Amino acid sequence: MSYKVLENKTTADVTMTSVYVDHIKALMAKDPAVMELESDLGGSLLGAPAMKEIYEKFPKQLINCGIQEANMISVAAGLSLMGRKPFAHSFAAFVSRRATDQAFISGAYAGSNVRIVGTDPGVSAQLNGGTHMPFEDVAIFRAFPNMTVIEPTDPVMLGNIIDQVADRYGMFYIRLFRKNALRVYEEGSTFEIGKANLLREGSDLTIITAGAVMMPEVLKAADLLSAEGIEARILDMFTIKPIDADAILAAASETGAIVTAENHNIINGLGSAVAEVITTRGTCFTPIEMVGVQDRFGQVGPLAYLKEAYHLTAEDIAAAAKRAVGRKG
Amino acid sequence: MNAEEKIRLQQFAIDIRKQIIREMGSLGAGHLGGNLSIADIVAVLYGSEMKYDPADPKMKDRDILICSKGHAGPCLYGALALKGFIPMERLDTLNRGGTELPSHCDRLHVPGIEMTTGSLGQGFSAACGMALAAHLDEDGRTVYCIIGDGESQEGQIWEAVLFAAQQKLDNLILFVDYNKAQLDGWTRDICDMGDYVDKFHAFGWHTAEIDGHDVEAIKTAVDAAKADHTGRPHVIVCNTIKGYGVSFTKPNACHHVNFTPELVEQCQKELDAARAALTAK
Repeated sequence: MSYKVLENKTTADVTMTSVYVDHIKALMAKDPAVMELESDLGGSLLGAPAMKEIYEKFPKQLINCGIQEANMISVAAGLSLMGRKPFAHSFAAFVSRRATDQAFISGAYAGSNVRIVGTDPGVSAQLNGGTHMPFEDVAIFRAFPNMTVIEPTDPVMLGNIIDQVADRYGMFYIRLFRKNALRVYEEGSTFEIGKANLLREGSDLTIITAGAVMMPEVLKAADLLSAEGIEARILDMFTIKPIDADAILAAASETGAIVTAENHNIINGLGSAVAEVITTRGTCFTPIEMVGVQDRFGQVGPLAYLKEAYHLTAEDIAAAAKRAVGRKG
Repeated sequence: MNAEEKIRLQQFAIDIRKQIIREMGSLGAGHLGGNLSIADIVAVLYGSEMKYDPADPKMKDRDILICSKGHAGPCLYGALALKGFIPMERLDTLNRGGTELPSHCDRLHVPGIEMTTGSLGQGFSAACGMALAAHLDEDGRTVYCIIGDGESQEGQIWEAVLFAAQQKLDNLILFVDYNKAQLDGWTRDICDMGDYVDKFHAFGWHTAEIDGHDVEAIKTAVDAAKADHTGRPHVIVCNTIKGYGVSFTKPNACHHVNFTPELVEQCQKELDAARAALTAK
């Protein structure tokens, strides 16, 4: 596993969904056990042309269940116990909140092998608003034993992660931004599930983040801080569970302060996971500031508005960083 | 079905009931009613219809049974033990700390159990997933599933009913254990399920309604379902009696029963007498 961080990070000219589609199609061609299950949101992830193509080329590998997320997840579990490798998709709000018990019992508890794909995480649900805006999906799945929770950062990572989880046995939650993400990694990079990536070195504090929505804000925050003489280490904690405790503990002891930045409720999300590691395993006092949704419901609005409304901007992260540094012992 | 075969299956059903009493008697309590009500269905499946190998529970071309009403694990465990999947002595460990026999069906602990169930409605969806895999593979395997009538109040059941019809899963045979009772009383008083046959027919299923304690009727209905390849999933609505086979139970008040050693003995004596009566005929 090796990754290289791009020096010049620009917004990708491809959407995350197009990367997902390309890799799913390639996996289907290679392995007839790979299946995709939809619950009438295929158009939002695969798109109508790709669905048509898959139905023609791999008619036994794409199943549209209709609007029944609970049944879809249990069906996926049943398929997996017959040797299939299903990906099961809906909006993150629905695969998590609506099908929680199916993912838990038919999936994790029964020892099944399902890759649950939840799109439009957090504020990226935008105009669909609070009903479709999950700030608790990571919290839900993080509490399941044997569940791996991954939020891919950019197109390169997404493709590599999809390829990897197709051939791993277990329960996975892939938290997927659908639009054009900031390119962070060089083409050909590979990623180790469960290991954080170092994006920027710094000695004054560490910003720990996950996902495509927060990444541009975090990188910009580091620049804002650097202009003021504060150097931030940045860790891309794309695997939220199992979390990379070693990287967190090293950051705590080497930089002395932590900011977490997540597109999710701060309750039982990335910030909580980081705090659990530091408070139970850390050897010295380490201030932690959590940037994220402060226990609120979602609402409608464009992404930029929502980032401001929930205090998820680079400025919010930079302010939290200064508070964290100021609290160092 | 000849008389000998019928008696063999009836005896097997009684033997399963005896194991249910044994398991719950050993523990001191259990979900008695809904285990006894499906014993004849389970007896026909393991005694006559299903392809399986106790020495190789994961045999590739085996048929599959999922008991979606997960609390009826002890009934399946009885059949699995009698057929050699698990040692008979394990039946005395039901729900003990550290046991390999949790009373809700558990595929990770009990060889021969195909799906972990207990959260009602989900096992049937998983059965649909398995039937879909077998259907796509055209491998000739049959997937059987048992749901409860109380369980049918779960919305997920009807999602799966739609799904199975849409996917044309004619290798799926569903039994409704229509014992008309649930934990809190009579089903009709709590959430009436009305006419199952009408409902399933309206959803595009091939339907049959039988006496769920008549092994001959069960076998006839299963054989008819297996012979029907018209792209429709099959439901066999089984009129059953909760707590069937022992005399002390009241159908609307035997979902969960506490056992004394005396009660266990009484039940086993009744079942032994019923078994002896079969061969005396």
